[in-house]
This record gives sequence, C-alpha cells and structure tokens, in this order.
Amino acid sequence: MAKFELTGNPFIKNTLKNRWPQLAVFIVMLFGYIFAILAGLVGTSVGSRNFSIVFVWIAWWAILILVAVPFFGRGWCAVCPIPLPGEWLQRGAVLAPPEKKPRWLNRRWPKVFRNIWLQNVSFLLLALFSSVLLTTPDITGIVLAAMFFAAMGLSTVYERRSFCRYLCPVGGFIGLYSQTAPIELRIKDKQICAACKGKPCYNGSASGYGCPWDVFPGGLTKNSYCGLCLECLRTCPYDNIAINVRHFSADLARPSARMDEAFKAFIMLGSAMIYAGVLLGPWGTLKDAAYNVGTSAWFVYAAVFLGIIFVLMPSLFALCVSRFENFTLFKKRFATLSTALIPLGLMFWVAFSLSFVLTNASYILASLSDPLGLGWNLFGTANVVWQPMLTSILAPGQTLALVGGLIWSARTAQKAANEARTPSIPVIAYCCMTTLVMLWLLL
Amino acid sequence: MKRSELLSRILIMTGTLLTIGAPLFFWTRTPLIHARMAENGGWNPDVIQAEVGKPLRLSLTSDDVVHSFAVGQMDMEAVDVEPGKVTDVTLTFDEPGTYTFYCTRWCGPNHWRMRGTIEVGGSSSDPEPVSVPLYVTLGLDIDAPHDAPVVPGSQPSAARGERLAANLDISQFTNSASYLANSPYQVFEDLEKTNLSDAEKWDVIAYLWQSNTTPATLAKGRELYAQNCAACHGENGAGDGVFADDLAKAGEASMQSMAGATDMSMQAPVDFTDSKRMLGAGPALLQGKILRGGMGTGMPMWGSIFTEEQIQALVAYLYSFQFEYPVAE
Repeated sequence: MAKFELTGNPFIKNTLKNRWPQLAVFIVMLFGYIFAILAGLVGTSVGSRNFSIVFVWIAWWAILILVAVPFFGRGWCAVCPIPLPGEWLQRGAVLAPPEKKPRWLNRRWPKVFRNIWLQNVSFLLLALFSSVLLTTPDITGIVLAAMFFAAMGLSTVYERRSFCRYLCPVGGFIGLYSQTAPIELRIKDKQICAACKGKPCYNGSASGYGCPWDVFPGGLTKNSYCGLCLECLRTCPYDNIAINVRHFSADLARPSARMDEAFKAFIMLGSAMIYAGVLLGPWGTLKDAAYNVGTSAWFVYAAVFLGIIFVLMPSLFALCVSRFENFTLFKKRFATLSTALIPLGLMFWVAFSLSFVLTNASYILASLSDPLGLGWNLFGTANVVWQPMLTSILAPGQTLALVGGLIWSARTAQKAANEARTPSIPVIAYCCMTTLVMLWLLL
Repeated sequence: MKRSELLSRILIMTGTLLTIGAPLFFWTRTPLIHARMAENGGWNPDVIQAEVGKPLRLSLTSDDVVHSFAVGQMDMEAVDVEPGKVTDVTLTFDEPGTYTFYCTRWCGPNHWRMRGTIEVGGSSSDPEPVSVPLYVTLGLDIDAPHDAPVVPGSQPSAARGERLAANLDISQFTNSASYLANSPYQVFEDLEKTNLSDAEKWDVIAYLWQSNTTPATLAKGRELYAQNCAACHGENGAGDGVFADDLAKAGEASMQSMAGATDMSMQAPVDFTDSKRMLGAGPALLQGKILRGGMGTGMPMWGSIFTEEQIQALVAYLYSFQFEYPVAE
C-alpha cells in the first residue's frame, strides 16, 4: 500500500500546525492529570471508586493500548501533559518562541544513557509494584506526581524532553510498539533537508521549537523516538514534513539491532504474560505475593519476575536463534530477530487489556459522578452497578488478538530472518510457544 | 508579551488552581466517618459528639470491605456502609449519655472490635436509674468453671416435660426469679425428691425453660444470634462460625508470643451444644457473660449494645441448642 499523506489536506495540515488545538488538548489533559494526582491523594482509598485508579489504569490504559498505540503510535505523546510545565520553564513561554539564551542548565543528556535502558528500568520498577500501584489510589497519586515533578526537574538540568525520551516508563514501550502503527511523521524529500541551512527543525526558529525529542527529522526512518509533537511541521521552512498513513508495521521491515530495544521487547512480552497470570489467573498465593510488597514472598515474586524476563525468555530465544559464530554477530542477530516479538507483544497486551478493561469499564461511569468518593452524584451515574461488559466477545476477541499477533509476528520474523540471513522457523516456533502459554493464561 | 502567550498562561494557571482548589474545598467540607476493618483502624473518627433532641447527620464510607453501621440500645435499622460509597444517616437522641455504634457485618475476625461512641450531651427529662446486673446481685463468679457433672443422654424435650409436669408440684421453679438464678443442673438437683427418671427430669427442665420464654422471644433471640453471634459461635451454636478457626489460631499465636495485652488475645469460641457447659450455666450467668464479655477471651462486651430484653431473648435462644422446643419461624 502506498503511503497517503494526511498533511496533503490543507485543513488537516493547518489544524496540526496551529498551536491552539494542540494546546487546548494539552491543557485539558493537564487538568485531568493534576486532578488524578489530587484524587489519588485525598479521594477514597477504595481503588474502584477513585478517579485516579479508574481513569488512569482503566480508561487511559484502555485508550492507550487498544487505540492510541496500535493506530496512532506515539499519538498519546503528542498530547501527554507531563512535559508541559517543564517546557514552560525551559522555554520561558508556553507559545512564544524561546529566548536565544537558555534559561537553565540546558545540558546534553549523558551519552551513556542515550538509549532506552533507563526506560526499561523505570517500567520494571512500576511493573514490580503494579499490584499495589494499580489498586491503591494514594500510591498512584504519588507515582503520577513523581513523574510530573521529575519531568519538570529534568527540564531545568537537561535540554529538550529528556524525561520523555529517556526516562518515562510508558514512553519506552509506546516507542517500541509505535513502529507497528499505520501512521508516521517523515520528511518528503531528503535532498531538501540535506541542503537546508540552520536545520530549524532541530534547532528551532521563530516559528517553533527545535525538536523536543532530540531527533533530526531528516534522518527519521522509524517511529520509535518521534513524539509527534508536530514542532518540525511548524518550523520546516520548506514544507518538507509530512504525516502519512501507511501500512501496519512498516518500520519493522528494517529491524534495528539494538540490545536496549530487544530487551524492551522481552520485558513487554514477559510482563504481559506475568500480569495475565497474576492479575487474571486463579492463583491466590501468587496474587498475595505480588501484592504484599516487602515481604519475603514478594522478593521471591520479584526475583522470578526478573528471572523470566531477563534470563528465561531471552535464553530460550537465544537458543532458538544461536549458531556457532562470534559474539558480536550473535548479538546483532539476537537483536534483529527480536523484532518479531514486537507485534506479538503488542497483541499480548491488547488481549490482556481487553480482559480487565471490559471487566472494569463500568467503574468509569460511577467514578465520573463521584470521582473522590465523597458521595457526589454529578452526572447521576454514581450508583451504577459494577457489571462486566461485552463478556460474549471477550474470549473470541482475545483469541483473535493472540492468533492475529502470532501471524503478524511470523510475517515479521520472516522479514527479520531474511535481513539476518538465517532461517525464520526457530523464531516462529518461539512465538508459537509463547502464544500458547498466553492463550492458556488468558483462556 | 503577546496576547496569545498571556492568554495561554492565564488559562493554564487559573485552570490549575481551580483543579486543585475546588476539589480540596469540597473535600474539606465533607467530613466523612471512615470504616475500616478493626486491624486497619476501625471507625475514624470513633468518638462523635451530639446533642439531645438535635438531629445528628452522619456521612459514612468504607475504605475496604462492606461494613454496616448501627447504634446500640437504639431502635434503628443497621445501614450498610459500602466501599467508596457514602451512606447518610440521621440520628436523634432522646436521652443524654454515651452510645456505642458498631459494625454489624462480619468484616473479619476482629469485626466486633469495630466500635465507637457517640457522646450525647444535654439534660435528661426522665433520667433512668442505673440497675445492677443480676449476676452481681446474685454474687455469681461468671469466670469460674460451671460445668454440670451430669448431663442427659439424649436431647430433653419440652413437650414431654409438659406432660410430666402436669402431675408434679413444680410451682417453686416456674417463677422467673427462679429461672434466672438457677442453672438447669441446679434444678436437676432440686428435682431429686421427685420419683422421675433422670431423662424425665431433664424433660421437665426443658419445659420449665420453655415456659419462661415465648416463641416470639426465641425468634427475636435467633435473629440477634444470627446477626451478632453466629460469625464466631456458629449458626448451630457449635462454636464453629466462619471466624472460629482464625480466632483459635490467633489465640495460640498470642499465647506463644507472650506479648500480653499488646496482642489481641483470643481463643476458640464457646460451643453451645456442649451440654456440660450449658446445663451448668444459669440465665443470670449467661446474661453476665453477654453483658460484660469474656475478658481476655475475645468475647466482646455487649452491655452497651443490647438492651436487657434483647439479652434475655438471646439467653433463651441459647438454651434451644440444648432443649427441644419450638422457635417461631
């Protein structure tokens, strides 16, 4: 399928270039975010009735993993309010172009951390505490506030959106899975970028800010690190930036061979499976172990969690793809072939999320009317009775997602295997195996 | 500064202030009484002030599981307090004093520890004299062992006892003072003079006990028992309620830890089907135990919650685990 340039439509292009529509969404999101922090801290401690839990972990998560990531890639990053206050500090303005001289330290992010390892760590930190985080409003409030202030603080020390790019626990996997999305921001003509003086898309100009994601759009080949903030669309003096609709998983045709990204794929695949076991499975002891943070049972759970993700799953994968060769080549092939796990992981998350989102969606209405649990009934829906939704389509939907993910992964494996000049069968076998485990866990 | 910049800053700042300020304002103006399982703090606040004759409006919420709110010695229906929801209750007190509010849902092994007090100030139009409990007047040591040395071989029947009593002079046992002060075994001993067999004596005792209550009272007793006692003592009185195992375990643990009063000392609940224990205990003794509670055993004190009449109904019902007599449905 050829690409279709969305920005070819003048209305779409002008709406996207105009700062106000995006700012309006930003502001609404910001208020929602602040309210979620507040609700977490002062609202009822009953998770299912607290706005912070219901809107963050049910409503937002559902939209993110079922709609935003699969269809819009980093679409969420385009409107996420977390960087807003930090950027205001950094730029000294909300809309106006920044002053020439930086207001704060404006340092470059340390070279050793210019990868997504820290995001892998931050995600795992949340994942290990997730049973408590997902059910305890004040912990959710504290974590949301911590992310908010961390982003703000980092903006005063490091240049651009360093939190989003290198630390955000969510940003890492959104980036990984955004490669599969049918939407992309790319340049139209390489020659124009090569000849462009001053590169305002990266350095900023009177029309807008230099790429907050520290990306030179001229070199964009995949979605992972483009936050769709649309600044380059505004700054490019040659109208050389396009937002295209493309076919799914276009970026995966050119697998990257980075270990941090390869492990992100394992982390996401593994944690979807572990979550399915812990949160949806029938094993009470496992739930208790995951919930009782700090007890010896929890340490065992954490060790097993990390063991599965960092030892068991990668080792099995390594066994599948290993051949006698030198280590550098092996690492490259390992990372290249792990690309096949990206669609699989995304669909694992879709299948897992379908289950708890449909089960818990009815809490959204109740929480909307009484977000703090103070006995309000703002929209008359405070007493909506909890009821799982669309239960008849749940199992077929999950099976479809998992089997679809497997087929998608197999196709990706074939392409990645071609690239690595190696047979794809072992990778497909690995995907089959994990899918069977996930099917067993979910159904 | 350009107007658009200024406008956006004002928008963000005022919006942020409102987003924080408005909920905080309403939050501080909505005083809630939080219910939590006793292990996690019970009622908060657990002391509430009120005035005689002035309606007291309470907004209750639960922070964990479903609880229920009721005020002892007051004619009110218990209301459920659900997690994250708010239940409003309005109470009006006619008499000053200290009232006990408590949870009536079996929310955990320490469920009965979920209590608080409402201190009602004001003057009384008709002060009631404080009465001394019967077990004190009778000088009963309610903590001393009181097992009956002899127990019936099969369950005594009030119906059979009634037929036997028709030919006996048992007037000394039929008045309520005698019923309250004596244990069934004491009456068994007093019936020595008669020429009844042991089984017949027990049947007569069953009849005497039945004649001191009514089917309606027994039904009331059963209702109270199901709500307040069955969680530990079991629906059929066998000391095997849903929390019995937990209580026994907690009791063992507290004995082993030697932590004394800092631990919640508990023990396995009493078995009301145990004839030795029950037939050796008179109504005044059982009333005392319910009224005061079993100190150091985990048995709560109910004196501040049940009325005299309710305790008598409960005591009468407890004997139905020993005697065969009808309880109204």
